[in-house]
Amino acid sequence: MADLSIDFAGIKSPNPFWLASAPPTNSGYQIMKAFEAGWGGAVWKTLGVPVINVSSRYASINYRDTRMAGFTNIELITDRPLADNLREISEVKKYFPDHAVIASLMVETKEQWHQIIKDVENAGADGIELNFGCPHGMCERGMGSAVGQEPAVLKTIVEWVMEVAQIPVITKLTPNISHIVDPGLAAVQGGTDALSLVNTFKSIVGLDLDAYAPYPVVDGKGTNGGYCGPAVKPIALEMVKELAKHPEIQKTPISGIGGIENWRDVVEFILLGASSVQVCTAAMHYGFGIVREMEAGLLQFMDEKGYNTIYDFVGKALPNVTEWKHLNMKHKVVAEINKDKCIGCDLCYIACDDGAHQAIRIPDGTRIPEVIDENCVGCNLCSLVCPVEECITMEKRDDGSQHLTWDERTAAGNIPTTFNDDLAGGKGHYVPDPADALKHRS
Amino acid sequence: MAEYRRPKTAEEFEQNFAQKKPLMNDTQAYYESSRCLFCYDAPCVQACPTGIDIPLFIKQINTGNKTGAAATIFDANWLGNACGKICPTETLCEGACVYNHQEVPPIQIGRLQNFATDSVIKEDKTLFKPGPSNGKKVAMIGAGPASLACACELRVLGYEVDIFEAKDKPSGLTVYGIAPYKITNEEVLDEVAYLQKQLGFQVHYGQSVTSREKIKELEDEYDALFIGVGLGPTRALRLPGEELPGVVGAVEFIEELRMKHEAVTVPNMVVVIGGGNTAMDAASEASRMGAEVTFLAYRRSKEEMGAYGFEYKLAVSSGAKGLFNVSPVEIVGEEHVRGVKFICTESVDGKLQNKEGSEFVVDCDMVIKATGQAKQGSFFALIDDLKINDWNCIEVNQETYQTSNPRYFAGGDAVNGGAEVVNAAFEGKRAALGIHEWINQ
Repeated sequence: MADLSIDFAGIKSPNPFWLASAPPTNSGYQIMKAFEAGWGGAVWKTLGVPVINVSSRYASINYRDTRMAGFTNIELITDRPLADNLREISEVKKYFPDHAVIASLMVETKEQWHQIIKDVENAGADGIELNFGCPHGMCERGMGSAVGQEPAVLKTIVEWVMEVAQIPVITKLTPNISHIVDPGLAAVQGGTDALSLVNTFKSIVGLDLDAYAPYPVVDGKGTNGGYCGPAVKPIALEMVKELAKHPEIQKTPISGIGGIENWRDVVEFILLGASSVQVCTAAMHYGFGIVREMEAGLLQFMDEKGYNTIYDFVGKALPNVTEWKHLNMKHKVVAEINKDKCIGCDLCYIACDDGAHQAIRIPDGTRIPEVIDENCVGCNLCSLVCPVEECITMEKRDDGSQHLTWDERTAAGNIPTTFNDDLAGGKGHYVPDPADALKHRS
Repeated sequence: MAEYRRPKTAEEFEQNFAQKKPLMNDTQAYYESSRCLFCYDAPCVQACPTGIDIPLFIKQINTGNKTGAAATIFDANWLGNACGKICPTETLCEGACVYNHQEVPPIQIGRLQNFATDSVIKEDKTLFKPGPSNGKKVAMIGAGPASLACACELRVLGYEVDIFEAKDKPSGLTVYGIAPYKITNEEVLDEVAYLQKQLGFQVHYGQSVTSREKIKELEDEYDALFIGVGLGPTRALRLPGEELPGVVGAVEFIEELRMKHEAVTVPNMVVVIGGGNTAMDAASEASRMGAEVTFLAYRRSKEEMGAYGFEYKLAVSSGAKGLFNVSPVEIVGEEHVRGVKFICTESVDGKLQNKEGSEFVVDCDMVIKATGQAKQGSFFALIDDLKINDWNCIEVNQETYQTSNPRYFAGGDAVNGGAEVVNAAFEGKRAALGIHEWINQ
């Protein structure tokens, strides 16, 4: 069986599954329970000058019958006394010496940073995570994402930390920024041992239509929250990839965060360069037991692929994540509908006709649609809307012998350059006559 | 012991006749509505005789717009609540649901429909109002579903509507003839009251129209007339012994049951004669009333029954037993029925033949004849120039539901020979549009 243990920038952990700094890591009780359930590490709920929280703190996006497809919170860092947290860190380490306990920190002045680092090191923490990410509340006081959004400030604070830190330091980044590389690079240049991302997204998940206020509503008013959960995974993956591919950052270990709930999510983050993963929303939704599925799935994947450790495939997909201009324009796929499986919902037809390229028709007297091969641009939309497993598949139609990218065409001077250029890709593509839209009137 | 104990109290009756499609709670409706695929040109809509925009109302339920969902339903079908409960959805909308093709349970459309309509009825939410009066008056004969639908539609168009009903309750077979486990009397009457409150059509009870004089009177007073008289009593079998006490018609049996509930006594041994949906209902009902043995006797094979398969299954699950290829030849008994003499039948070249010498008697204390209802021939004869077709039904224009006498329109069982409430609701609504078009031509 594969070995799941990791050494993340010097932080040792029996597996790459860590709880992110968040409500599930608010206390020693929760973290010990999580370790019992199978989590390899936990990033303690951010320590700092204790705060006062409001009541009504979370809200979510329910997509049809899926609860918490997206999740938001306006909870601040820990509101428990520092001494209590430090005592519990020591206690957890006593019971679980081989598990990773990482202290998330957020303070203001250099003196405060130096003092709190000493405190958590004395308590026995295995590492430190610098919270430069929270986009709600704390940022109004010049901390959290207010730091993460200012690479120069971020770098300075990382330098303060590195002056004294004896244990590995992870810098946690905010995604509320145009170019994730800027703060990532600043952290690396400041000397951080590792990066973690993403923190939550500044957001309004919805409005109470009677109160005219955003959720969660606190006595008639709301504020922007930090958005996370399955809905943010795609953006998080992209940002992890950006850092993992950057020549000056790629050697720095990355802890992937953002909507991770199952083994596939875990594998995806690892394939894009993460060597540990952090989870919050899934644990808040399903409890710590959710890690069973991640662990079983990851092991199964590694056994099937023949990997001994996760380092055998960290970043393995990165070479295949390229720029658009390097994609092969000679590659061609066409949708194929399995008539035996088709249930006749005709969502593929209407999606293609209204939302794509008018490449599906429904022959008279039937509900089983047909692909018009010559119109199909291979966009995948029909296969995405089809509710039946493996009913619409995208079939390769080129023989693989040809390869031509935009980059190569540009080099060959073979690209459209004027608005009526004969080289336009859509020239000659079939589109119905505009008046065909009104045919039903007759 | 039979499947059901004889109900002695209202509570026991309710238990024995527990609703087949109980009202969904909010959570059920939320999850069920989430499953709808929002099919293009949805087959469920095509399968609905009234063409309710089902994917739309399900989406409305899912997005917390229950009232909008109810409006979508009533817009297409004035008896949307009753139809959600009593429609044979298994063969209509739910039978057409595309999920069936992948062995995934179809969306419970009927129950979702009720979820929406029941809420506006219970909360008495006003969704409709009568159109500005156009000074025209329409009379309807019979207050069944066809007339009610016609009345609602005409009120929206500004007509004054008077309905003349022989009995003392509205909605015809919906309240008198549907099996009690499909809908309760309260549900039926509440929906009619809800519509009547908003739209203000008049129903005159205890007013049977049985004479030419009365017809003349109506013709003098009203601009158009709608015939929604349905069908008549159970047809006679013309068998010896048929007049014996204990021999009843299914329609009459069900009506008594719906009105008197546990006060009706069903004896231990019951034979139901017939193979249609009414026979299935009667057999289920007899069993649920505590009959020890209920036979469902049909002269042809099980496969040839007119009843829906799910209705037969329901009857069997209630405790009824099928007896096929048997034809009644005599009701046996002196003071009271004590059995039915049957002869076995077989199909020879598609023709049903009796097997000679195969007679046998099934003992019973009650015979329920579910062999069809008579047509309203004597009523039809009161109206001049009313053309009746070969099946003794009123002939109408299939678009406008106008009869051969242009002032008369008709719909429901009197036209279709006996179909579902949803068909009557559709025909009544179409007839209203036909009346409107004819008056304004």
